[in-house]
Amino acid sequence: MKEILSGNEAIARGAYEAGCLAASAYPGTPSTEILENTVKYSEINSSWAPNEKVALEVVAGVSFAGGRAFAAMKHVGVNVAADPLFTLSYTGVRGGLVLVTADDPEMHSSQNEQDNRNYAKFAKVPMLEPSDSQECKDFMRLAFELSEKYDTPVMLRTTTRISHSKSVVELGERSEAPLTPGLARDAAKLVMLPGNARIRHPFVEKRMAQLSLDASNMPANRLEFRNPEIGIITSGALYQYVRELLPDASVLKLGMVHPLPSELVREFASRVNRLFVVEELDPFIEEQVRALGIKVTGKELFPLCGELTPGRIRSALVVAGVMEAIDETSATGASEGLPSRPPNMCPGCPHRGVFFALKQLKAYVTGDIGCYTLGFMPPLSAMDTCICMGASIGMATGVAKVIPEEEKKKVVAVIGDSTFLHTGINGLMDMVYNGSTATVIILDNRITAMTGRQDNPASGFTLMNEPAKRIDLPLLCRALGAGSVRVVNPFDLDETKRVIKEEMNRPETSVIITEKPCVLIKREGVFEKGDVLLVDEESCAGCRACLAIGCPAIEWRSAMSGDKKGKAFIDPFLCTGCDICRQLCKFGSIGRKI
Amino acid sequence: MNRDITNILLVGVGGQGILLASEVLAETFMLAGFDVKKSEIHGMSQRGGSVVSHLRYGGRVNSPIVSEGDGDILFGFELMETFRYLPLLRRGAFVVANSLQIAPPSVLMGNESYPDDLPERIRAGFPDFLLIDGQRVAAEAGDPRAANTVLLGAVSKRLQVEEEYWLEAMKRMIPSKALSINLKAFETGRNL
Repeated sequence: MKEILSGNEAIARGAYEAGCLAASAYPGTPSTEILENTVKYSEINSSWAPNEKVALEVVAGVSFAGGRAFAAMKHVGVNVAADPLFTLSYTGVRGGLVLVTADDPEMHSSQNEQDNRNYAKFAKVPMLEPSDSQECKDFMRLAFELSEKYDTPVMLRTTTRISHSKSVVELGERSEAPLTPGLARDAAKLVMLPGNARIRHPFVEKRMAQLSLDASNMPANRLEFRNPEIGIITSGALYQYVRELLPDASVLKLGMVHPLPSELVREFASRVNRLFVVEELDPFIEEQVRALGIKVTGKELFPLCGELTPGRIRSALVVAGVMEAIDETSATGASEGLPSRPPNMCPGCPHRGVFFALKQLKAYVTGDIGCYTLGFMPPLSAMDTCICMGASIGMATGVAKVIPEEEKKKVVAVIGDSTFLHTGINGLMDMVYNGSTATVIILDNRITAMTGRQDNPASGFTLMNEPAKRIDLPLLCRALGAGSVRVVNPFDLDETKRVIKEEMNRPETSVIITEKPCVLIKREGVFEKGDVLLVDEESCAGCRACLAIGCPAIEWRSAMSGDKKGKAFIDPFLCTGCDICRQLCKFGSIGRKI
Repeated sequence: MNRDITNILLVGVGGQGILLASEVLAETFMLAGFDVKKSEIHGMSQRGGSVVSHLRYGGRVNSPIVSEGDGDILFGFELMETFRYLPLLRRGAFVVANSLQIAPPSVLMGNESYPDDLPERIRAGFPDFLLIDGQRVAAEAGDPRAANTVLLGAVSKRLQVEEEYWLEAMKRMIPSKALSINLKAFETGRNL
């Protein structure tokens, strides 16, 4: 049977068909939908972990108990999971163990565009790279088989383009894995103390050498010999672009990008006149090909930054004289000068008022990763740093260490509920332990919103949509020893501002938790829309005060004939009745619809 | 590029239902026996940002994305976004757009204005341009929320696919309670 699947859906399907028993992940674009799809298969125990390190540890446990399992995460998530990954490379596996990394060239939804192929080399594990949804599915089975055959975790790397593109996939049946789960003690393999690890390291080196040899005969690495003039080594989505741009070129398509099939590369290089490596981001393959003593063209032609689109490949190949420049651009290329359309917080978003208050208080805000990072955008413009998940709290501590005494109270860390539980909690421990007086605001909207509303340990539900214990954030912060923990309603602007001001001035570690659910939560009884607000046109003075919160439901309508100023208008279909704009209007011109 | 392949772009604003529309298109082409690939970026763009979905179908499709200057059909759910993505089209491409205007933040704030001459500028570059008041036509057909489907119906006439595949794809992809109104909106769009 054929179905149109995204790369992420196909990965979930592939895990199912390969007899996978468990999957764990922390949501992160472009990987999120993988676990949202494994959950459809009752044979796979699917769970959201608080962070990627825990996700990988959970599935490593499944593997040690004999089951096939995988963890999925975005590229930067592997940084968090790197600690277990590097040592799992030494222990190897019992049941097949796969780590899916979804990279984001072009940073469509990320803070950097690191090339995670480097992790495969660094951690000394094999890495597969599918080039469409069919291969996403097929390579999951291959990954589990390689994992068990070579006693190694296997990484499967996608990019945004692979994860989020859809193509036709031929579905297969599920087959159970060869091993039946059960306890099996094997300390020499699974207890990584120096004595044991010293024995395992040579095994790792031998394994990778063997894999490199075997790679030349793996069907996933495919030599497509056509015209010998041009030879291209490539992988992933780029393979598809190369096939369309240069249908006659010879291609070495790598399904396994680490370790490199050295013999196959040598053979290919000897049979073509000009050899190119077409790869996105780092010269990962190119450097290894050069190390074999083979002359190759790569990054002197193709960009190091951004997604390598068909257009960018074509431009580079034109420079190389391989393709001719074409003039097939559209009749009107002029979209310059058009107002841009950046992402924005939703109408009724509970984060909006908090950033408005922080701006008024002139706080120095160390930010974090989530929808609330949009607090950086005008007109709120109330975020000063954003690095990685959980960084806000540690950074607030650091900033406050060295600045003049009178500025210290200005430092506020802002972090979401899910991000706090991911890796922010350790930052708060440090604050309490080392006596930081900075203020932490946890924006609790009951969901992991940015990635599309995933549950988390404070939301009350599991990925399988079963009721779960909710972590009590105020109690947790008190237990950690925060001097002051206060809960506020972020839709009450005066109270929010007053409490933030008091806590900024308090000379001890203080935590403010704002409690209001995300407006996108569909689960019954969580988010409830209020009465729609409207502007009284007669009394609206045109002062623009309500525009300062940047709500997409409020529109400025310019002066019509006879009017000196313009007026505000509230779109009744977008307004959720959060009430913040009403509190900003000094003329009482905004009210509830009667 | 390969002329055996038709390149379609669906553009608009996050939250407008662009992904569902492109899924219906993709399913239709698969049912009609074509190879089909599509691609779009989720994530930040869903917060009211600009969204573009690429869809390609034909005998055999490699790339899931349309190269600049290769687009054959642009399917615009919002007027300014329609104009924004014109550079992706080849000369003589077909443009169908909803006349709906959604103001971006800078326009809401009164700092910039929404250009009022977009239909003329689009037509100047692309004479094969169909502008539809999607919300009004859909309202007449029964529900303004089916505006996307009206446009889908209008596009369907231009593609070499039997109507039965469109209907089957909609039955598969659209939630059952919204199906009958969408089928009606599709017919209305097809007969415009």
